[in-house]
Amino acid sequence: MATHNEGINRSDRLSAPVPRRRLVELLLGGGFLATAFAFFYPVLRYLIPPKASDLGSDSVVAGHVGELKPNSGKIFRFGARPGLLIRTASGEYRAMSAICTHLSCTVQYRDDLRSVWCACHNGMYDLNGRNVSGPPPRPLEVFEVQVRGEEIHVRRRREA
Amino acid sequence: MSPLRNAQKWLDERLEWDDLIAPLRKKTVPKHHLSYWYFLGGITLFLFVIQVLTGILLLLYYRPGANEAFESVQYIMTQVQFGWLIRSIHSWSANLMIFTAFAHMFSVLFLKAYRKPRELTWVSGVILLFLVMGFGFSGYLLPWNTLAFFATKVGTEITGQVPVIGKPMMIFLRGGEEVTGATLTRFFGFHVAVLPGLATLLILIHLLLVQRQGISVPPKLEVEWSRNPAAKREMKFFPNFALRELMAWYVALGVLGALAAIFPWNLGVKADPFVPAPAGIKPEWYFLFMFQTLKLIPPKVWFIDGEVLGVLAFGWIGLVWLLLPFFESDDPAHPKPWITGFAVIALAYVAGMSVYGHLAK
Repeated sequence: MATHNEGINRSDRLSAPVPRRRLVELLLGGGFLATAFAFFYPVLRYLIPPKASDLGSDSVVAGHVGELKPNSGKIFRFGARPGLLIRTASGEYRAMSAICTHLSCTVQYRDDLRSVWCACHNGMYDLNGRNVSGPPPRPLEVFEVQVRGEEIHVRRRREA
Repeated sequence: MSPLRNAQKWLDERLEWDDLIAPLRKKTVPKHHLSYWYFLGGITLFLFVIQVLTGILLLLYYRPGANEAFESVQYIMTQVQFGWLIRSIHSWSANLMIFTAFAHMFSVLFLKAYRKPRELTWVSGVILLFLVMGFGFSGYLLPWNTLAFFATKVGTEITGQVPVIGKPMMIFLRGGEEVTGATLTRFFGFHVAVLPGLATLLILIHLLLVQRQGISVPPKLEVEWSRNPAAKREMKFFPNFALRELMAWYVALGVLGALAAIFPWNLGVKADPFVPAPAGIKPEWYFLFMFQTLKLIPPKVWFIDGEVLGVLAFGWIGLVWLLLPFFESDDPAHPKPWITGFAVIALAYVAGMSVYGHLAK
């Protein structure tokens, strides 16, 4: 630079303010960055919805004995999600998740087909929740059923 | 050429951006010992933007309705991460915004910035102040707590005192004869749709007028500068004034953040229409001077109801206030002294009555 050739004293005077200015810029810029962080961090956290405390227990009363005729089914609430309780033609109780594994529609029991059917894309499951035809990629989650007195209890199967 | 310059050129070729911002480049701000008062309008605008942003965030979780509103605000305050902070900022910013709007108005009044040709800027500003108070009144009810419930009851009842149109207006505001969940639904609609739309439109008009007419100079300086143009001092709006304004916003943000974090806003107790009003019930501070006045007026003045008299008086003063610039003289050397006197009395009255209302049992 030209100023460097004009004498040491002068170049000193000219170059000295530069690092000072840089420090000020650094402090100011750092301050703004910290402010931006303090601003956006709570907002981002705020946008994440809190976990719903809906699944109070792993077991619910899905219905009462005598409520279902043989060869019929009903939807019950399993926490925040629907479950399907079926009474087979032989009178046996079965329970499974009612959320289709394809695109999460709610399935229903078809007494004419004696199987579980999803109306959205014609997916079909058998009474053990296995996907037998149509687009569903996986079987439905099957729950344990226990009849205690008048109540039909449905429980999520414990992973072994 | 740097990518930034390239992008600027690309946009400019399509939008003729340079023509759009040319007036901003030329814009100047008068420089004198009272220039600091020019910041207040900008700070109010900044707080309004904060209100819009935090308001949108609150809408993600808030649910209007007598059975849900209180619970949803409680949910925001206790379950949602930083929900208490967002709500506190919204409440604090609302109060600060009303304060800075009042301060801006009085500074404009005392600097006589409302004079010709800026009458319409004043009118749009006063309407904006009324809208801001409407925001405060409608937003106050939304958490559906006891204080808000009774404040709304009293406030809408006062509206009902206006002769002839009062009763229908009250029923319109309440969505029925009483303050119920229907009132909450209406106030929610006013607060998040009607008022923001109107306010945005008026702010644009207000800013456009400020932009077209430039910033006013107090009359004494105006006379002095027109006699001796060499004495005139001004600074460029961009970047000189804009950077100073930005710093003012930064300070405002700091104050707001500190207030919201150190004094989080209360939620109170859920409103119950069938419990008596708690003792010492008062409206928000910016309505206090009117509330206190109505309390002091005797029930019967001659043959008119005291309440009716108060409401009519405030309506009349509000109208005069709105049209104040049209009474001012066009000559900056001889402004009308009664307007300044009126402004001083108004400020003293509002401040005095607010303090009195705050201290009164």
